[in-house]
Amino acid sequence: MNQASGARSTTKSGDTTKRHPHQHEHSHPHPLALEAKGVTLAYERTVIFEGLDLSIAEGQVTTLIGANGSGKSTLLKAFGRLLAPSVGSVELNGRPVKAMGTREVARLLAILPQKPLTPSATTVRDLVSRGRHPHQSLLRPWTPNDSVVVDAALASTGLTELGDRDAGSLSGGQLQRAWIALILAQEAPTILLDEPTTFLDLTHQLDVLRLVRTINRQRGATVVMVLHDLTLAGRYSDRLVVVGGGRIIADGTPWEVLTPGILREAFALEALVIPDPSSGSPLIVPVDPDPDSPSA
Amino acid sequence: MTRQLERTASRDGHRFFGRHWRGRVVAATIILLAAALAVGVLGILAGSSSLTVPDVLQTLFGAGTRAQNLIVIDLRLPRVVGGLLVGAALGLAGALTQTFARNPLATPDIIGVTSGASLGAVSAIVLAGGTYSVAAGLLTIGLPAIATIGALVTAAIVYGLSWRGGVDSYRLILIGIGATATLTGITSYLIARAQITEAATAAQWLVGSLSGISWASVWPVLVMLVIVTPVALVQSTNLDISQLGDDVSTGLGVAIQRHRLIVIVCAVLLTAAAVSASGPIEFVAFVAPQIARRLSKTGRPPLLASGLVGAIIVAGGDALARGVLPGEIPVGIITAIVGAPYLIWLLTRRNSKESNA
Repeated sequence: MNQASGARSTTKSGDTTKRHPHQHEHSHPHPLALEAKGVTLAYERTVIFEGLDLSIAEGQVTTLIGANGSGKSTLLKAFGRLLAPSVGSVELNGRPVKAMGTREVARLLAILPQKPLTPSATTVRDLVSRGRHPHQSLLRPWTPNDSVVVDAALASTGLTELGDRDAGSLSGGQLQRAWIALILAQEAPTILLDEPTTFLDLTHQLDVLRLVRTINRQRGATVVMVLHDLTLAGRYSDRLVVVGGGRIIADGTPWEVLTPGILREAFALEALVIPDPSSGSPLIVPVDPDPDSPSA
Repeated sequence: MTRQLERTASRDGHRFFGRHWRGRVVAATIILLAAALAVGVLGILAGSSSLTVPDVLQTLFGAGTRAQNLIVIDLRLPRVVGGLLVGAALGLAGALTQTFARNPLATPDIIGVTSGASLGAVSAIVLAGGTYSVAAGLLTIGLPAIATIGALVTAAIVYGLSWRGGVDSYRLILIGIGATATLTGITSYLIARAQITEAATAAQWLVGSLSGISWASVWPVLVMLVIVTPVALVQSTNLDISQLGDDVSTGLGVAIQRHRLIVIVCAVLLTAAAVSASGPIEFVAFVAPQIARRLSKTGRPPLLASGLVGAIIVAGGDALARGVLPGEIPVGIITAIVGAPYLIWLLTRRNSKESNA
């Protein structure tokens, strides 16, 4: 992946004194798909982020990474209006999400949460068809165009042959592709994916991430996702945002972000970073601690 | 391309108002409608006087003798129509609560709505006959209104207590069971404190029976069904989407909390109307949607079919009690005898795969 392609929007953490040297200000940023402005995110009384700013540029694949409990999924939820910020606002294409109708948002922004429920006695095609919901209403019923969109979503996820199967009978990898087909049928220009590769074996993880890259390249979709696998995140993202301790630890291209220093800070991980011989993206090689050292 | 579109259209089935109607659901609904009408006619036939099918049809179309008119129009028709409507209201209410909670155990009986309505109705019966000052007030509002208030207040309390940034169906069910126990206790206390005649009336009413039903008590149920059914049907796409989980629903543009509120208010109003007319007829709201779901092979209970199955169960059970079984057993006893084993069976074979039903 071309390292120099990382022209990004401006990003700064709430605590400006702790700003990381890897953050850059660009004079000509991409137009913004999403922007969190001074948001405070909390579950009941537990504050996860306070006064956080983060922008997502259009047309890029941005991946949020961070240790367990670092708040990366929380941040994604805030972008997907599944969690309302207690302070601050989230803007979608320059407009505050709070002021927009939920259906209007759904036509512009699709989100695949971590644990969607697979309905019983529902075919794959039926499940994917529900992605058309934001485009329909009592006065605007199902049209042939909706069927064409659903067919295309099934085709691009390789599920055409499985359309009439019961969704409950699919394997984990097939089911995840069905959910992504639903998101595609929604035809939203911005797509949020919360850990789309969890519970999948490596082959199916790659399947999903290649699909995500194709969606980004062919449709120009803006993708924001949360991933655990750092090497895969680096390989399939234009930009990585490292989250931890209630702030943005680092933000930049995969080579800018995946450094031994940042890995140590964000994940308490001792690792070497070498170029992946296949893709040229950063490959994380964990180093076992010295068994003789007192800290081990 | 045209052929592609045609193939797509045939696979999609029929879509009206943006909704997808599978052939099987439509067929099941039509067959159930016919069955409900047949049960209605049987219900008019059932009983001690000997009427034939032609007699009944003749009388219904205005050509009966005076005696036939008295039996069919004044005595049996309100009971049969009442049974069908009460059953339909309970079946539809059950389909709504089971679907929104994504759990077949979440019925108005179990989540406390029925016992709230019962407490309201029993307090109306008992206090109206006593010397309490509230009696006059209660009588003027009327029993259906008080039952509705009881149901709404209970639903609000149960829903509020199970709310923690969203409603979890198991918490809703457990709190509902607790509320039911509490309310049943208060109801028993009211009956224990009441005059003997009012206590007898209330106790008889609590069994759930169509024997005391009249046109005056049938009308509120009909009105409620006419108002609530279209509102519920408009929610059916949202009900489908909500089966995918709250976050997916929000992502697809469903205002999930507003949808929930509409659905639960619909279910509460239907339950309260039914309970006011006939007393609590147990297990209908629980069993009818599950039967309808199995007949139409859908992922969630279909609304209209659930209402029709409910109508068949209540009117059919009442006809059975009057025509076949000795001694006019109240229909609430029959539904409990059939429904309770079904509940146990469902609990024993329930597994994680069924949790979306």
